[in-house]
Amino acid sequence: MSDKFEPVIIGFTCNWCSYRAADMAGTARMKYAPNVRLIRLMCSGRLDPTFVLKAFADGADGVLVSGCHPGDCHYVEQNYKMLRRFHLLIRLLKQMGIEPERIKLVWASAAEGAIFADEINKFVEQVRALGPLNWGASKNGSEKVMVQETATEVPA
Amino acid sequence: MIDDVFEAGLGYRKVIYTPFPQAVPKYPVLDRENCTYFQKGTCKACEKFCPTNAIDFTQEEEILNFDVGQIILATGWELFDARRISQYGYGRLANVFTSLEFERLSNAAGPTGGKVTLRDGVTVPKSVAIIHCVGSRDKNYNNYCSAICCMQSLKFAHLVHERTGAEVYNCYIDIRTAAKSYDEFYQRLLEEGTHFIRGKVAEITDAARYPGEEGKIIVQVEDTLIGKQRRLPVDMVILSAGLEPRHDHKEVARLFGLSCSSDGWLIERHPKLDPVATMTEGIYIAGCVQGPKDIPASVAQGAAAAARALGKIQQKEVSMEPIRATVDQDKCSGCRICNNLCPFNAILFHEDRMVSEVNPALCQGCGTCVAACPAGAISGTGFSNEQILAQIDGLLLKNIKTLEVLQS
Repeated sequence: MSDKFEPVIIGFTCNWCSYRAADMAGTARMKYAPNVRLIRLMCSGRLDPTFVLKAFADGADGVLVSGCHPGDCHYVEQNYKMLRRFHLLIRLLKQMGIEPERIKLVWASAAEGAIFADEINKFVEQVRALGPLNWGASKNGSEKVMVQETATEVPA
Repeated sequence: MIDDVFEAGLGYRKVIYTPFPQAVPKYPVLDRENCTYFQKGTCKACEKFCPTNAIDFTQEEEILNFDVGQIILATGWELFDARRISQYGYGRLANVFTSLEFERLSNAAGPTGGKVTLRDGVTVPKSVAIIHCVGSRDKNYNNYCSAICCMQSLKFAHLVHERTGAEVYNCYIDIRTAAKSYDEFYQRLLEEGTHFIRGKVAEITDAARYPGEEGKIIVQVEDTLIGKQRRLPVDMVILSAGLEPRHDHKEVARLFGLSCSSDGWLIERHPKLDPVATMTEGIYIAGCVQGPKDIPASVAQGAAAAARALGKIQQKEVSMEPIRATVDQDKCSGCRICNNLCPFNAILFHEDRMVSEVNPALCQGCGTCVAACPAGAISGTGFSNEQILAQIDGLLLKNIKTLEVLQS
């Protein structure tokens, strides 16, 4: 067990569907890999690509992005807007030398706890096969990596 | 006219009719498709006889628009089509009935005046089999329990027993009588001498194989309590068909911005703590649209939904989630990228100052504009960049200041 590489995955979930799906998986006591740490956003449309880059820079081995099924968005159509960014983000990651398999998009409705848990398990195995990313470590733990200062500046 | 809706195809109605006895408002309606006047152009006999001149042939269907602040969805359910289980013979064997058909048959105001008879309307059955869980708790059809069929089947057994004195066989998977004084009723049925056979029915057929089966309907079932196959020759079979979501549940869910479970029932805000409200503010659900339930549960949920709506009206003010986006006017470059992203048109652009502003009453707080702003000028309450980045830091154990333990 201890020899096995345990990937660290950051998951971004939307408040209405996928976060509820994770809740559902929990209340139904379904088991899934503990490697994913979830961050709740109100909508997948809130996903700033910076978050994904920051997660990789901080040492995540994979990033899971999850939202409502197309057409089911609580905010009408914002998951489509995330989808556009997602495709651009994959291109960007490729240019940066990150395997596109390290990021995954999952559509999960509030009722799909089982599907969500299953997708998490599959994704954890996928990232485990790729091995550690060590993106943050390669910069000697420097915190400046890849984070655009202007986008994250704290207002005075 | 055969009444396919209220009388389940067993009774007749006129072309002018009240849809059902408890209809609200209790006005008769005219069935245009079958009215002689509308079909042939002459008749209007009803117009002559009506003492209050209430008949108006010029009436047209209208769509009325109302501006409302809250909506209660109580669109109910549909009966599982027993024809889908072809081996049960519904539609093929005359004396296989659905639960709704038997409901009319046993009703004192029904087509037979409450007399339980076979499809011919005369013969009284001497033996009746009632099949539970038709289309429910079955992986091939619906996984869920339809909740009402056990009690409904027990009621049928009691009525058949009382009205005809026939032998009654109940073929069940499990008896689920978990509500106030429900199990007492089950005990009463056991004492009345109803036969209970625990097993799922394999087939219902009219093909006689053994002497004594001719002219009967044979129910082939494994009695799992004695571990034997049984063939029950009966005169009448009642299929306790399950409850299903309305066929257009998906459109309804989409229209109101709700989501359905994989079975098609609408999802409530919280299964335990908020079973009446939904994820969409101001939309409440009541009754079987949320899931199969019996009349007391539907009434309770309906009353709860009405009370919730009334509460909002009484308050005179609407409290909203505090999650909103705000534009820092000093940082906004006026690029207008965010303007088109908002599905609620909450972002307005001030031409004079060349900056965008979020209308807090319209903003729902999704944060798409926050993520899109190239200048970082938009911030979301509770979900600002700093907060989310701090969460990432925390989850990845970065930039964490360890608390120094105070030494006494």
